[in-house]
Amino acid sequence: MTVQDNKGILRKIYFMENNYYNSKDLKKFGNVGEFQKKLADKFFDYYNEVFKDSELTAREKSLIALAVAHAVQCPYCIDAYSSDAYEKGWNEAQMMEAVHVACAIRGGASLVHGVQMMNKVKEIAM
Amino acid sequence: MMEPVEAIKDTVRKLSLHGQHDKLADINKQLEILEHHPANNFVFVPFKQKLQQSNLYPLKPTGIQIFQVNIGKMCNQTCKHCHVDAGPDRKEIMTREIMQQCIDVLNKNPQLKIIDITGGAPELNPNFRWFVDEIRKLNRHVIVRCNLTIILANKKYSFLPEFYKQNNIEVISSLPFYAKDRTDRQRGNGVFEDSIKALQMLNNVGYGKEGTGLILNLVYNPAGAFLPPAQSSLEKEYKQELKGKFEIEFNSLFTITNMPINRYLDYLIKSGNYDAYMEKLVNAYNPAATANVMCRNTISVGWDGYLYDCDFNQMLELRVNGNSIHINEFQIEELNERNIKTGQHCYGCTAGSGSSCGGAVIK
Repeated sequence: MTVQDNKGILRKIYFMENNYYNSKDLKKFGNVGEFQKKLADKFFDYYNEVFKDSELTAREKSLIALAVAHAVQCPYCIDAYSSDAYEKGWNEAQMMEAVHVACAIRGGASLVHGVQMMNKVKEIAM
Repeated sequence: MMEPVEAIKDTVRKLSLHGQHDKLADINKQLEILEHHPANNFVFVPFKQKLQQSNLYPLKPTGIQIFQVNIGKMCNQTCKHCHVDAGPDRKEIMTREIMQQCIDVLNKNPQLKIIDITGGAPELNPNFRWFVDEIRKLNRHVIVRCNLTIILANKKYSFLPEFYKQNNIEVISSLPFYAKDRTDRQRGNGVFEDSIKALQMLNNVGYGKEGTGLILNLVYNPAGAFLPPAQSSLEKEYKQELKGKFEIEFNSLFTITNMPINRYLDYLIKSGNYDAYMEKLVNAYNPAATANVMCRNTISVGWDGYLYDCDFNQMLELRVNGNSIHINEFQIEELNERNIKTGQHCYGCTAGSGSSCGGAVIK
């Protein structure tokens, strides 16, 4: 982390890190081909094609990606698409609504299984 | 005698770095950060090295066609991203004498077909009208970088739309976004509302309308520490939103990358974004964009008549190489052979699709 001291000089501050996730690793995503180039190349070709302007614009896809990133709780994707969606012009309220869409779907996915629970209880109850 | 800067929105009347005596008002401090940043948290790649790898070192002109002249740092706004550090407290204004020297150079050099007048707010120069009139007598194409709010700043500037029309000026104006939030965050409270009114006034005299020949282009600058999105996609969005909500039409949108100079550098450092932003610029280096950078076909004239490779070098006080360093010594042959001065700030023009005063250099 870089901070400015009282003389205006930028200085690095080091923290002891012991986390599973490191935000610096996002930049290394492209290097996964080091262990398996052929499959990585196929993946990134597909990935880049998916996010191009097409029936949906790249901008619309960015917002969808943001919502999905929250649904799957990928911190790398959340980092990347928070920036990407904002850069593409979505504002804070729109982005948070997209997160709520992910939340509503995930919550709904649990809740709708409650119908199965209700069916079972009605089956066995007198 | 200089015209007083008119009353502006109170939240916009903030002092420049220069006026605040900020340490970054010292250009040497900025250059030290850019060129010798001691706490780089990214791989520091000298721009010269990238030029060499791209077979473009030393960077040379392709033939000067655009004469960009900064006629003063006085402005009625103090935008957060301003690389000029312009503001109401800046008193540097081009004199009529220097303007006459510019006109003499234009008269002798007919190949300088495009004159790009910028600032600050160029309209605040008391000799602005005279300067434009004199250039138009030479039958050159004139661009004015109009910040839009100047048209509404005081009744005495309300002549501007008609004046631009009569002189067939190409108007290029900044509008960071088609919404109030991002625009006002970057340019000051109330700027979006005034910009919309000014754009409607320009439309009313024919600017941006099909068939009139009156060109109105808008400029997008990111309102934060990120790079611009694709120019063509953003232009479509702007046209749809401005037409739909405000009945505003315009010709083209230019996306311009923010340069780490003056107030934008100050913003990057204070927000903790300097390292990440410079890293983005360096990683996005595009040799195709470099081949088309604007310093290769543009000469930049400062308010005091000194010559620079571009407006950014001007703000870093990096005068051109060679002997032809002032407008009264202008020798186009020598200037067309000069080595262009470059530095780490040049990554701003070479990232992605590239950036220039005319937007992305790779369309």
